[in-house]
Amino acid sequence: MAIEESAPRPDKGYSLFYDPKVRGFVFQALMVVLLVALVSWIATNTYTNLRRANIASGFDFLGARSGFDISQTLISYTTDSTYFRAFLVGLLNTLLVAGLGVVLASVVGLLVGIARLSKNWLVAKLATIYVETLRNIPLLLLLLFWYKAVLSVLPSPRQSFTLPFGSFLSNRGLTLPATQFQPGAGWTLLAFIAAIVFVIGLAFWANRRRMATGKPFPTLWVSLVALIGFPIAVFYATGSPLNLNFPELRGFNFVGGFNIHPEFLALLLGLSLYTASFIAEVVRGGILAISNGQTEAAYALGFRPGRTLRLIIIPQALRVIIPPLTNQYLNLIKNSSLAVAIGYPDLVSVFSGTVMNQTGQAVEVIAITMGVYLLISLITSAFMNWFNSRIALKER
Amino acid sequence: MNRALLPSIAAAAFIFVAGSANAATLDDVKAKGFVQCGVNTGLLGFGSPDDQGNWTGFDVDYCRAVAAAIFNDPQKVKFTPLSTAERFTALQSGEIDILSRNTTWTMARDTSLGLSFVGTTYYDGQGFMVRKSLGITSALELTGASICVQTGTTTELNMADFFRVNNMNYNPVVFEKLPEANAAYDSGRCDAYTTDSSGLYATRLVLTNPDEHVVLPEIISKEPLGPVVRQGDTQWFNIGKWVFFALINAEELGVTQANVEEMKSSENQDIRRLLGTDGTFGEGIGLTNDWAANVLKAVGNYGEIFEKNIGSGSKLGIARGLNALWSKGGIQYAPPVR
Repeated sequence: MAIEESAPRPDKGYSLFYDPKVRGFVFQALMVVLLVALVSWIATNTYTNLRRANIASGFDFLGARSGFDISQTLISYTTDSTYFRAFLVGLLNTLLVAGLGVVLASVVGLLVGIARLSKNWLVAKLATIYVETLRNIPLLLLLLFWYKAVLSVLPSPRQSFTLPFGSFLSNRGLTLPATQFQPGAGWTLLAFIAAIVFVIGLAFWANRRRMATGKPFPTLWVSLVALIGFPIAVFYATGSPLNLNFPELRGFNFVGGFNIHPEFLALLLGLSLYTASFIAEVVRGGILAISNGQTEAAYALGFRPGRTLRLIIIPQALRVIIPPLTNQYLNLIKNSSLAVAIGYPDLVSVFSGTVMNQTGQAVEVIAITMGVYLLISLITSAFMNWFNSRIALKER
Repeated sequence: MNRALLPSIAAAAFIFVAGSANAATLDDVKAKGFVQCGVNTGLLGFGSPDDQGNWTGFDVDYCRAVAAAIFNDPQKVKFTPLSTAERFTALQSGEIDILSRNTTWTMARDTSLGLSFVGTTYYDGQGFMVRKSLGITSALELTGASICVQTGTTTELNMADFFRVNNMNYNPVVFEKLPEANAAYDSGRCDAYTTDSSGLYATRLVLTNPDEHVVLPEIISKEPLGPVVRQGDTQWFNIGKWVFFALINAEELGVTQANVEEMKSSENQDIRRLLGTDGTFGEGIGLTNDWAANVLKAVGNYGEIFEKNIGSGSKLGIARGLNALWSKGGIQYAPPVR
């Protein structure tokens, strides 16, 4: 540029040592070298120590036959399966309880958070009691409480509570009829997918028409009819291609049907109700962060309280809610590892419990387990950050 | 969480400690002044704290015997209660000096974990316990049962094999700690409880109504239980091995806690060598020559330890069975001190 040309830098006193660019590069390079050295030192040290102590090392054990059974498996698994398969079973069990826990905790947390701000004295106080009780008791105790409570309230299979649709509730868990699809069931599935596509299209169309003309369309009711009615109609039209395998009491236990174990129920309830108490506070904080003027303005425009909350307050509050909510989700996912205390076969119980003991390869197993939790948490927080940036205030 | 902590620390020990010292455990033990012994978190008769908080039991007395052999004081031992999942890592990492926690001797554990079993202090086998009200008399009737079990045990594997071979299905409910597994069985979560049969008798006694439960006759596995030390320290391994052999030999020779002093002047050469009156056998394992006499003064011989903790002198009332001396119909047999 013109200015620089007119005033060239004096050569005198210039040293590479003081050049911020060179300095920056040197220090970063030094950092990388140190890091690489540290990692390789750790790796060789571990390897040497394990070798010296005659402890097997390496990851070959993942391909060996496991030889033990797991009570709840989402994928097919037998004693002939490999340790890697056992790892997958544990991982899926963790993801199942964490995924459902996140959904349940969000729903309960949202409701309780709103209830705490209710003008109804009783509702507000009940919500306060819920939050203050649950968030002030250690989670492990809550889990043990739920497990003991679930087990001691429920009767043995022979005296089990009979529920509608051939289901039973006992201390072996909730036993439901299992569904067995017959040929032709694909049409029902297809009808359901078609209904989903239709509903999405409908929502777009209704929204655009409303933007253009201001005329509302009963999207919700039409969607419900399309989502439920259409697949049911197709189901009967194709001759009900579904068999129900009803559980029946034989020997000690129910044979047939589909069983939800009490360990799973206790863990899901314990985790989600505990996390919900924190989420409730996050939601309350988010709502209180929105100026009261917003509510008053909405009322002045003739919005009813429910709609005010849904259309005005919550969308704005979400911006405040999402970042701390991400923390709660991450906590819930990591806390699911407490499953080991109540016998739910999650990743920690199956992999860094049984597998680690049967193979004795503590370093490898613990490293894999930590890596997996790290990965799950990073993915969750990446998703939440994406969601956060999507709903962030668009400044135009 | 403390459950996950121990393996992590142990793993860290392998990662960060340059050249972890596994030689000369005896020197380390002498330097710190006590033996660090890994025991059960609470298995009546084998390793559990009594109402004053003192550790007692069959496995615990072995630890005291080792302490007596080294320090001539059975109190110079500290106990680390360990779950099944923690026990091997605790020993590998040097957290404990010796593991005496009803642990089954298997080939994999003896060869690929960097550990060595010093002997079989208790010959056991796996069994099942059920409620009497179920009205079954054989483990072969357990089809479809929910079974409570502890994680990381040979029990978990034997059970899988047993049900597979007999073409029966079952539902394992796996717990990390013994008390949790007991509580789940007690509350009716499981139809059956499985572990080594010695453990079944001990567990039955702590259930709400012990009389409502019955141990089934089938023994589905061999479970030789014994103390474990780290591989590569022959001197420490020899101490562990010979303390156990001394207990057996003493029973065979009729040396008891009460008569050990007078037996020192016995005419029997076997007894004189065992108690250190003749020979320098103690020096061979880095101890004083009266090491065995100190052990016997402190805890008594094998038979006394057995009867006091799990045999006729205890609530468990387990018969000697396989654990009787070889000369009395059992298979407990020790090489001579010579």
